[in-house]
Amino acid sequence: MADLVKLTIDGIPVEAAPGSLLIEVARRIGKEIPAFCYYDGFSQVAACRMCLVEIEGIPKLMTACTQPVGEGMVVRTETPKLAEARKGTLEFLLTNHPLDCPVCDKGGECELQDMVFRYGASESRYVEIKHHHDEQQWSPVVYFDPARCILCYRCVRVCSEGMGVNALGVVQRGAYAEIAPNHTDHLECDECGACIDICPVGALTSDTYRYQTRPWEMNHVGTICTHCSNGCKTTLGVRNDQIIRGNNRDRSGINGEFLCVKGRYAFDFNESEERLTTPMIRKGGKLEPASWSDAVRFVAGKLKQLKEAGRQIGVVGSGRVTNEESYYLQKFARQVLGTNSIDHERSGDVVTLLDALAGRANALATVDDLYRAKAVLVIGSDLAHQHPLLHWQIRANWRHHAAHTYSVTAGPVREDQHTVAAIRAAEGAEMNALEQLRDKLSAESELAIVFGDSVKGEAVRQLVSFGDSLGIPVKYVCLVDYVNSRGAMDMGIIPELLPGYQSAAAAGLPVGLTLPQMLANEHLGALWVVNADPLRNTRLAAKEAFVIVQDLFLTATAQQADVLLPSASLYEKLGTVTNVCGEVQRLTKAAQTMGAKADLEIIGLIAKELGMASQMGPWITDKVFAEMQQVVAGYNVPLPVIATGGAAQTLPPAVKIGVETDPALIRSARDTQFTSGTLGSYSKKLDSLLESPGSLYQGENVLALATQ
Amino acid sequence: MLFNEPSPLETKVLTRRFGLPNSDTVDSFLANEGFAAFRKAVTMTPEAIIDEVKKSNLRGRGGAGFPTGMKWGFVPRNSPKPKYIVVNADESEPGTCKDRLLMQYDPLQLIEGMMISALAVGAKRGYIYIRGEYRYLIDIMDRAIADAYAKGWLGQNIQGTGFDFDVFTHTGAGAYECGEESALLESLEGKRGVPRIRPPFPAVAGLWRCPTVLNNVETFASVPSILLMGGEAWANLGSPRNGGTRLFCISGHVNKPGVYELPMGFNLMRMINEVAGGMKGGRHLKAVIPGGSSCPILKAEECDIAMDFDALKAVNSMLGSGGVVVMDETTDMVKVALRIMRFYQHESCGWCIPCREGTLWLKKILTRVEAGMGQRNDPALLHELANNMLGRTFCPLGDAAAMPTISIVEKFRDEFDDYIRRSPMASVAEAETEVPVGV
Repeated sequence: MADLVKLTIDGIPVEAAPGSLLIEVARRIGKEIPAFCYYDGFSQVAACRMCLVEIEGIPKLMTACTQPVGEGMVVRTETPKLAEARKGTLEFLLTNHPLDCPVCDKGGECELQDMVFRYGASESRYVEIKHHHDEQQWSPVVYFDPARCILCYRCVRVCSEGMGVNALGVVQRGAYAEIAPNHTDHLECDECGACIDICPVGALTSDTYRYQTRPWEMNHVGTICTHCSNGCKTTLGVRNDQIIRGNNRDRSGINGEFLCVKGRYAFDFNESEERLTTPMIRKGGKLEPASWSDAVRFVAGKLKQLKEAGRQIGVVGSGRVTNEESYYLQKFARQVLGTNSIDHERSGDVVTLLDALAGRANALATVDDLYRAKAVLVIGSDLAHQHPLLHWQIRANWRHHAAHTYSVTAGPVREDQHTVAAIRAAEGAEMNALEQLRDKLSAESELAIVFGDSVKGEAVRQLVSFGDSLGIPVKYVCLVDYVNSRGAMDMGIIPELLPGYQSAAAAGLPVGLTLPQMLANEHLGALWVVNADPLRNTRLAAKEAFVIVQDLFLTATAQQADVLLPSASLYEKLGTVTNVCGEVQRLTKAAQTMGAKADLEIIGLIAKELGMASQMGPWITDKVFAEMQQVVAGYNVPLPVIATGGAAQTLPPAVKIGVETDPALIRSARDTQFTSGTLGSYSKKLDSLLESPGSLYQGENVLALATQ
Repeated sequence: MLFNEPSPLETKVLTRRFGLPNSDTVDSFLANEGFAAFRKAVTMTPEAIIDEVKKSNLRGRGGAGFPTGMKWGFVPRNSPKPKYIVVNADESEPGTCKDRLLMQYDPLQLIEGMMISALAVGAKRGYIYIRGEYRYLIDIMDRAIADAYAKGWLGQNIQGTGFDFDVFTHTGAGAYECGEESALLESLEGKRGVPRIRPPFPAVAGLWRCPTVLNNVETFASVPSILLMGGEAWANLGSPRNGGTRLFCISGHVNKPGVYELPMGFNLMRMINEVAGGMKGGRHLKAVIPGGSSCPILKAEECDIAMDFDALKAVNSMLGSGGVVVMDETTDMVKVALRIMRFYQHESCGWCIPCREGTLWLKKILTRVEAGMGQRNDPALLHELANNMLGRTFCPLGDAAAMPTISIVEKFRDEFDDYIRRSPMASVAEAETEVPVGV
């Protein structure tokens, strides 16, 4: 590391690394130099001229966003001359600005408003007619009001540099210059909405939020997005128990400012009129509304009766519920119902990976590692469409650190824009193709490998031995589908394993049925489905089986239920979820749907009805988590980290798991950016994007085509 | 046919071959000292070439007047990247029409200058960025380039010297901004013509982020005669620190407007009265724009001045690109200010706020004043707004728009006041001027 540069900012002596920008160094010591166009992480444009500072010995005012620190530099960031310059620039900006702050979505959190408040003139000297251009709708979610735009080019940069989509550009010139979409009058892009969030003014607005509320009327609830397994933090704007907005403008969490279309806009399933709000009991072949106490009593009675009759009970968990709920569910199944037939729809071979890595430290990559690793290898997934945060991280790693990226995929992927080598290999043939990269990968100093569900069973072991043979530190990410798919595995929602990857057989448990076995078993006495839809394409072989379903919606499975219990969504719950990289994060309750209950509470009420409440322990998330910390290997994570919104990674087990799971059971749903299983199908916003002609990004969609 | 009749007062150096028949052919060029400077340059070391250019006191003819030899010296010769020669032929400054003559009448002189520059910095490829409106010049340049290739004066191993050099023409798309060197490079790379953040300067990171020598047509065209005459002799043609001759484009209310090659430091009044044949109709001189529309205007009494970079800087104006616009007593200075601002408003690229919004606002005020709807405070407002742009824009276009406005308002304030006195808005009290007037 080169010697630090010493300089003075507003009389305060500062030391900074050579090459640091004045605006960043000043920010570090609490001097906020105003700027519209500067945005750390993206290229410099120096267009807004707000960040001008005085530097002793230089007659011209200099832009702090492009000026590197210099030894002995004496910088002033607040002087009458600078205030005058900023006032002048703001006056120019406001000449053609509509000043429609009272109805503008951005009012109250607008950077232009804030700047004018701080530096602007109190009266307008502009008496000419304003240049105006009408508002345009570019896509089902994106609206653009050119009159409000200050041309800071943040949207253009986040789209091209951050996302790799390049859907925005500039047309015309001078005062008539305007941001424009890639298809003349509409956008064909990821619809991620990053351009809207990053807009410092109200020029880009979203269909979901526009004219809905004032920002100060909302509660801003930071929680974890409920859709894919990446586990982005999303800040929900909530008014009167209604979620109005999703964004992450505070750039907290593992994702910084990143969110995809699902994180920003697909929260509307939560307010769907199709949400179940009352328990239902099947009477005379029809589902009839019932009270919670009746429904719980009915379920408990039935379960008790079937258990006493020695009937097989199958339990289906999901990657959609919290760790606490999964843990509590398997405990209930194994200890109260006495069944080991518990499973969920498995989407990645986490078990084999953890078995192969048992006892190793630093062998699992975090989301942050994908941003920092010197090299990244992507196998069998179109990350931009299926795991957008991981794509963002890898791309940012390439942009900021010139990381080397390699891809081995069936079709073209967006990483191809910057890969060192891209190899096309059919699904299942990836391991053979990998040999072609051996020389290049061996020459790297470290590597992070991300692999999809086509690498499973023996192939995972081959992959780990390939990694070992490279002679460099290698970290792995096994891709899984949903927000807590990884957590469901960790909590033992499979018959072969108890929580923390303990062998069920070794613990003396009987062999349980897997999910396909349950569905095919004609003698099944009861099937209890918690937030999953296993019967969407198939019928239950046991026609007489008693079916209990906990879900948000009347899914295909729910339609076959004998008792239907409305459950709360992840935005309405407390608890923790574990993302694709094994990082545990805590949820915050944002909203509430009258009539629905958290799955943890539902299970708890049934346990209580069965008189097993004391054995099960209280159905309070913190209490269950405390038990998990003791019982589940890897989950003894530091509480302060997750309590403050951080992500704590769980480690692989210390010893070999020693249990083989059937690779055939592993099958990803291959959701795209615009689908998300059950939840996605109840999001009108996602549906409108899927139906909107030409709105899908058409570039590289070979893998993205859903194979559901 | 020549553009204008030459004047006996001219010092014909760059223009000495003007008017020769078949001037776009290598044969004609060779018969008239063509490539003699290149032949000399191949025998010299790169350092010696740069040294000769430094000695010549050649300063950039595009307008900024930066010493050319010094600029070439900034190119890192040991860089592993390819180096490029780029000619700025995006001649767009109002009042300036010299580069087009240099390309029309002696295209190979420019190519020879590029070749010498390439020898000096180790480049193998050159681009001539010609403004789109100069369609006919692209054809002339292309013909000259094709002939040079055919006769072995471009391409591989030129004339057995072992020196390789390729030249391409590239057309601009009609943007004044692309005459700014970094915007030119963006445009040449196929992108939107907006300026780049500098540093790094083109000498270090120019075309395709590689070391690049980027000079004006006239600058490159001066190089062969510098090598032929020797740097010092060439320098002595001009005034101290302002070497050589330059092409002055004299337009406006003079009897013989035209492009004249005169030594640097030539007196402006002599230029008007002796070279350009005096004021049209015997009217009185009122003002002169000395170097293209972006230069602060000179009042008649300031015009007894040596036309070089330093003398004009001393009176807070600029030599610029050599576009001398002469205005007589009938000239309406409010109309002049408006015409200039209409140009800059139209040409602002829109990248940065002060230039984008400032030029439009200034144009609107000037339009209103000129239409007889001026308000009492307008001259002061024009002056203040132009000053708010000055020095705060991303590239010099903002300054180019602000400087003439400031100088015209300062020096001809009474003409603005005359307009406003006749305006029905003149009596509007200042507090009420916030009401839109609907112009």
